Amino acid sequence: MTTTEIVTAGRAVGTSVPRKEDRKLLMGRGQFIDNINLPGQLWLAVVRSPYAHARITGVNVDAARAVQGVVAAFSGAELASEWAGSLPCAWPVTEDIKMPPHYPLATDKARHTGDGVAVVVAEMRSLAKDAAELVEIEYEPLAAVTDVERALEPGAPLVHDEIGTNECYVWKLDAGEADKAFEDAAVTVKRRYRQQRLIPNAIEPRGAIAQELPGTDELTLWTSTQIPHIVRLTLSSVVGVPEARLRVIAPDVGGGFGSKLDVYAEEALCLALARRLKRPVKWVEDRSEGYVSTIHGRDVVQEIELAATAEGRITGVRVRLTAAMGAYLQLVTPGVPLLGAWVYAGCYDIGAYSFECTGVFTHTTPTDAYRGAGRPEATYAIERAVDALAAELGKDALELRRLNFITEFPATIASGLTIDSGDYQALLDKALELVDVDEFRAEQAERRRRGDTKELGIGFSTYVEMCGLAPSGILGAIRYGAGGWDAATIRCLPTGTVQVLTGTSPHGQGHETSWSQIAADELGYDVDEIEVLHGDTTVSPLGMDTYGSRSLTVGGIALHRAAQKIVAKARTLAAHQLEVGEDELTHEGGTFAAGDRSMTVKEIALAAWTAHNLPEGMEPGLEATAVYDPPNFSWPAGAHVAFVEIDTETGDTRLVRYVAVDDVGRVVNPAIVDGQVHGGIAQGVGQALYEEAIYDEDGMLLTGSMTSYLVPTAAELPSFELARTETPSPTNPLGVKGVGETGAIASPAAVMNAIADALAPYGVTDIDMPATPERVWRALEEAGR
Amino acid sequence: MIPATFDYEVAESADHAISLLGSREDAKLLAGGHSLIPLLRLRFSRPSLLVDIGRIGELSYVRDAGEQLAIGALTRHRALREDPLLQEHCPIVSHTAGLIGDPQVRHRGTIGGSLAHGDPASDLPAVMLALGAELVVSGPGGERTVAAGEFFRGVFETAVRPEELLTEIRVPKLGSWTGWSYLKYTRRAQDWATVGVAAIVRRQNGSVDEARIALTNMAPTPVRASATEQALVAGEDDPAVHIADESDPPADTAASAEFRSHLARVLGRRALEEALNR
Repeated sequence: MTTTEIVTAGRAVGTSVPRKEDRKLLMGRGQFIDNINLPGQLWLAVVRSPYAHARITGVNVDAARAVQGVVAAFSGAELASEWAGSLPCAWPVTEDIKMPPHYPLATDKARHTGDGVAVVVAEMRSLAKDAAELVEIEYEPLAAVTDVERALEPGAPLVHDEIGTNECYVWKLDAGEADKAFEDAAVTVKRRYRQQRLIPNAIEPRGAIAQELPGTDELTLWTSTQIPHIVRLTLSSVVGVPEARLRVIAPDVGGGFGSKLDVYAEEALCLALARRLKRPVKWVEDRSEGYVSTIHGRDVVQEIELAATAEGRITGVRVRLTAAMGAYLQLVTPGVPLLGAWVYAGCYDIGAYSFECTGVFTHTTPTDAYRGAGRPEATYAIERAVDALAAELGKDALELRRLNFITEFPATIASGLTIDSGDYQALLDKALELVDVDEFRAEQAERRRRGDTKELGIGFSTYVEMCGLAPSGILGAIRYGAGGWDAATIRCLPTGTVQVLTGTSPHGQGHETSWSQIAADELGYDVDEIEVLHGDTTVSPLGMDTYGSRSLTVGGIALHRAAQKIVAKARTLAAHQLEVGEDELTHEGGTFAAGDRSMTVKEIALAAWTAHNLPEGMEPGLEATAVYDPPNFSWPAGAHVAFVEIDTETGDTRLVRYVAVDDVGRVVNPAIVDGQVHGGIAQGVGQALYEEAIYDEDGMLLTGSMTSYLVPTAAELPSFELARTETPSPTNPLGVKGVGETGAIASPAAVMNAIADALAPYGVTDIDMPATPERVWRALEEAGR
Repeated sequence: MIPATFDYEVAESADHAISLLGSREDAKLLAGGHSLIPLLRLRFSRPSLLVDIGRIGELSYVRDAGEQLAIGALTRHRALREDPLLQEHCPIVSHTAGLIGDPQVRHRGTIGGSLAHGDPASDLPAVMLALGAELVVSGPGGERTVAAGEFFRGVFETAVRPEELLTEIRVPKLGSWTGWSYLKYTRRAQDWATVGVAAIVRRQNGSVDEARIALTNMAPTPVRASATEQALVAGEDDPAVHIADESDPPADTAASAEFRSHLARVLGRRALEEALNR
């Protein structure tokens, strides 16, 4: 790992510059897929399987084709010739992983409710929907399995007959002598946790428009994606078009949470149909359609064991996961559990480590990365298990944490990676400055003394996560199909403004603002003089897009490096024009000076582009590109505290207070960072208390709309109290770490630990997420109160 | 989320609405739209004609009608909430209207739509049942009055015939009915009631001489809890223990039937305590 000197804050970095994106978005002037309409455009509707598992014995689209205004209708078989390859899975985690083919439409069998079987293309969206109802599909319904553990039982219905098993892969990571640690342990605890299936619910549903440029075989795809570059790379091989002849544009994108970190059937269908019909083809998902056709998250059964000394020093952790893949492998489906595989020891110094994950096919919508991807699961398991160990030892859970915290950095952890920096004691100290535990305990005891039916509970979650994906070499070593670098170009235009072209692809994160702040400080411009362009493969440099809290720690550093190249060239040119030696020039805030002579970067840019007087051999222009591959992941950490109130009569469980102290390194824009933390906490609280995708025995999704799948609203959440500590990352010159997923990673464990605390006097030790009133009530009943 | 094709007509008056309804076999009334439009968009409801009664001003009112208050069917929940006559003489209606959905829903949704839709999870039907309200239904043959106990027939089924329009709801002035409560349980603030309890009690000389209790979402229709009513009048210690005895609660992702019965008992105890102390 390299260590870099940290750059001190400039004028803009570190301040809450108002988001440049917001004026347009708040006035309703955003350009989302649904706002974009092309002349001559057709609408696509996908006919989807109502069965979780069924043989397709006949598809008749004649009645749909006969509707006036319907331009085409196709079965999966009729479109089979369009596909040069299967939809991509870029993460074959083991050599012997089972990777069944996955084409945009099913032809032989439907393997989950919502699996696409046929398409209708019509002049209007409503017509396409009407005609889709006229497509006659003969199904032979088959038994389905939606439970990840039942899918592994002998005789379980197979998702892919040709594989002969529902087991997709088994992946292991062993370090240290875990078995010995458990043999030698004075105390062990073993717990089983269930990460329920979640539905991501980006505010903007997915959508796509494809167009073949008239008179050419060049295709353009506008799509609501987090990953335009990866979409271009992968879809070129699905629809059989050279990468250079496919342009992918991500316009304004309204959230993703990982659900738009994927390459979808409908994108391929729009491209193939636009090519076939020679007219633009558009598709926009219905919310309920999205609930079955857009990836889900989590759905993992976890077993975690801790070994400890009698004093509470944790000596070993052993983890076994059974993780649902769903019916097919989407872009990174198999790898999601691996994103947590290294951090099941949490922020604790644990010498022995054993991790095993079994990936399993089920007759369900495919799972894939959902905010935190693997790390919320890891944090949940270790943070709940540490509380359980404390109870087993009769020790204070916070003291147990402090006893085991990693204290020296950089720290190479048992799983083999190196945490760049951190101060976990300081995070917990700060949290305890904001939270008076003694006062809380007094109130809790007082309620219990007077027999109040409303119990209070407090729960902690101290976490470290790895994000900022990622060093390309490590990604290669774990069989990920792409690199983890990113790119940025800075173009100082002749008349005093700057274009920043980034390979990241924001969909709500505010890169236009944060990137402007970085460039403005490095080059001496105002934030408003910087224009950030992104999300168009023809405009932006080849990049690796936005996911895994990577944009700032990778793309932002690429930008910083591009700025250094600009500064270097500007210095040479300034020295030439000012007729001084380069080393005589000072540079501060975009001004180069030597004595009473000076030039600003803006002046230098004009001189560079007019090119009337350049040093010998210097190319005209002031533009630079940097491609940056990080030497390490980014390791944010924090201490979160949740307070719940439980009505023991109804089981109603409410979050009443939430305190989050995070260390995300240097902060570029505090308001944006706070927003990310707020959103992440809300989503994690959603997992803990409200959200759950439920299938019935036949594989029908019972929570098929927003009335039955409960995303919490502002009314269910208290105002969050946020604070920060700061240990700058030594691996990058800005000292930054990722932040996009921290809240979702930390909060489920904090909330569920609070519930366990509230119910401890009743003998209730665990409740599955989400902690619905009925689950809480049943737990109390079963414990005999 | 695109409805199937339908025709659309705007009714200028109640009579006009009735004649439009009679013009097509599967015509449907549109008032506030907060139940119907989601069903249309999901294509669960596929009328050939929508008769929009939302602009019939003559059906939006609350009037003093002697022993009763008369409420026009198109009175919106927000107006019920704010109405001084209701607040004075039948506060359980204005209180409950203020608990429906969220502010957007309350500004669009109407009392008539809420009752005529026949959703067992809606709040106002149980309140009407507890109040013993009368519902005035108009059709081609004139008006008829249906007691709340006869009005609700099943899930999304009421006494309103396809060619009829619910025009007015008559609720008693509570007068000596001194105590009331409507409590419901929801996971999220704007959710449908998992369970709701409407309770109205008349106290005389320190004891309860009449009680009317009705439950939301404990059966295909709002349902009276007569065993609890009798137990309360008889002075039993825990009348609410019987509250679910006459129910047939649904089971869904919000709650099992067993948990709904439990919730009804807990809410029942709280509602009775509130009613007796109000």
